[in-house]
Amino acid sequence: MLGIEDPQVWLAYVSCVLSALGCVIYGALNWKEEKQVLKNSSPVSALQE
Amino acid sequence: MAVNTSALLFLVLIYLVCIFYLARLGYKKSSQTEGYMLAGRKAHPAIMALSYGAAFISTSAIIGFGGVAASLGMGLLWLVFLNIFIGIFIAFVFFGPKTRRMGLNLGAVTFPEFLGRRFESRFIQSFSGLLIGIFMPLYASSVLIGAARFLETILGINYNLALLIFTLIIASYVIKGGLLSVMYVDAFQGSLMFLGMAFLLSFTYIKLGGIVGAHQALTDMAPLVPQALSDLGHQGWTSMPVFGSQLWWTMVSTLFLGVGIGVLAQPQLAVRFMTVKDDRSLKQAVLVGGPFILMMAGVAYVVGALSNVYFFRTTGMTALEVVGGNTDLIIPEYLNQAMPELFVLFFMLSLLSAAMSTAGAQFHSMGTALGHDFYQEGLKKGKAGGSTIHATRFGIGFTILISVGLAYILPESIIARATAMFMGLCTSAFLPIYMGALFWKRISRAGALASLVTGTFGSLFWLTFVHAKEAVPLGICKAIFGKATLLSGTWTLVDPILVATPLAFLVAIIVSLKTKAPSKEFLDKCYSLSPAAENSPKPKTLSSMKEKKSGSEL
Repeated sequence: MLGIEDPQVWLAYVSCVLSALGCVIYGALNWKEEKQVLKNSSPVSALQE
Repeated sequence: MAVNTSALLFLVLIYLVCIFYLARLGYKKSSQTEGYMLAGRKAHPAIMALSYGAAFISTSAIIGFGGVAASLGMGLLWLVFLNIFIGIFIAFVFFGPKTRRMGLNLGAVTFPEFLGRRFESRFIQSFSGLLIGIFMPLYASSVLIGAARFLETILGINYNLALLIFTLIIASYVIKGGLLSVMYVDAFQGSLMFLGMAFLLSFTYIKLGGIVGAHQALTDMAPLVPQALSDLGHQGWTSMPVFGSQLWWTMVSTLFLGVGIGVLAQPQLAVRFMTVKDDRSLKQAVLVGGPFILMMAGVAYVVGALSNVYFFRTTGMTALEVVGGNTDLIIPEYLNQAMPELFVLFFMLSLLSAAMSTAGAQFHSMGTALGHDFYQEGLKKGKAGGSTIHATRFGIGFTILISVGLAYILPESIIARATAMFMGLCTSAFLPIYMGALFWKRISRAGALASLVTGTFGSLFWLTFVHAKEAVPLGICKAIFGKATLLSGTWTLVDPILVATPLAFLVAIIVSLKTKAPSKEFLDKCYSLSPAAENSPKPKTLSSMKEKKSGSEL
């Protein structure tokens, strides 16, 4: 796989990329969550509530 | 290196202007103790993540480990995975929020103070401060030497002058501006490092025929592994060494466990968890931290290993043969031969950034540990005159002098092992009690104290008398017992971390269960989810009360 024969090594290669990708997704979800919280607590939404 | 020196000097000057501008920005905001020690506890998640990563990855991690990968192969990528998964994800998501909250609840401004207050023990704080104050200069000296050698080579200036200039530049902004200046500068340097490594990876894959093509070419080179490495268990650059072989043990015990897991208990990194405003900031920081470590360590290892393909195609030799066996020269040689000059110039700045950011973080941690934790809170029991900032500045200045002195005195064989030694020592001494502090309410003061002492001296004993890589160059075992190591065979390859850390964990558990548990009131205060300090005036610490009296801030 990926030109690397030893599964122990290509697994390491793929794990590195996937774990970094996982970090991006996890971090992005938390940024999104904060935006959502800020949006919900804005004066306009407070008035609407 | 064969680069245009005047162009590089011009770039370095612009670079220094940017650094001093950012350092001044941090200095202006560091008017209180928490600003100087903890960046005001309001750092932006991205700045925290870049600062954490840049402090973590030094030039030796890029050049040194890149060279090691050129020799041992891509199996080292497991270390990158550990760095990302444990060093970033686990650290930021599980260790970070609890450290931040508990640190705020207890009014701690340093890592040793965090431990000391969590276990209500000045001894733990001052012992930890002393441990960092003694052994971190060893690690810092290796970074200083690496940076000075690097400046000597690329700018063609005298080594001693390079060491002096490099140290003075970093010392000036660390002493003056504190952690906020360090973090602003780190973020800028981290961005440069990210760009440099991204270009390096792209150029390498394009030059060697794409991702699969380059890897396949490296796989096909397996029969060219030197006989000496083959005998130790090497099976090719895209294969793991033979299970249980000498090479396998070296890779697994020192690199994976020592550097991979050791990252969790690094004082200069853990303190950064206390610099952000809330738990979510730490979770957001994961977005930057994960890709940053992948681009640093991951790219260094992949490019290091792939340099074999480039050298074989151009010279008919492996990377190790091209540089005459010195792995530290592989990445510089590869850059010089394979990369365009403009890129080499830019990459030099990335490497300079890596060294400066690591050294800056070390200087700040050593100074706070010795000045605040050991001297002010330990020796003087919090009754020393003057402010925390003054004591810390004195500590930073003192430990910098020690580091520079060590850089001149110690033999190269010890300096080369300094990073692994420090990481291993920190893991054995701090990881069990740090984890206990965060995740096990039953851990007692006596248990933590016993574990700290066991981890510290267990690790020191093993590296002085058993682990050949340190015991042989240190020569203490030889002088006392007449033989290089007390044990023989595979034992001499097993890293101290594998022995001292489990022992320290065991001692922490047994002693804690046999001694009095902390009071419920105290634990409630430690683990409180909504720290009073976040909504009300900051908790008064002994030091902060003193500072209020003296009023002698920046």
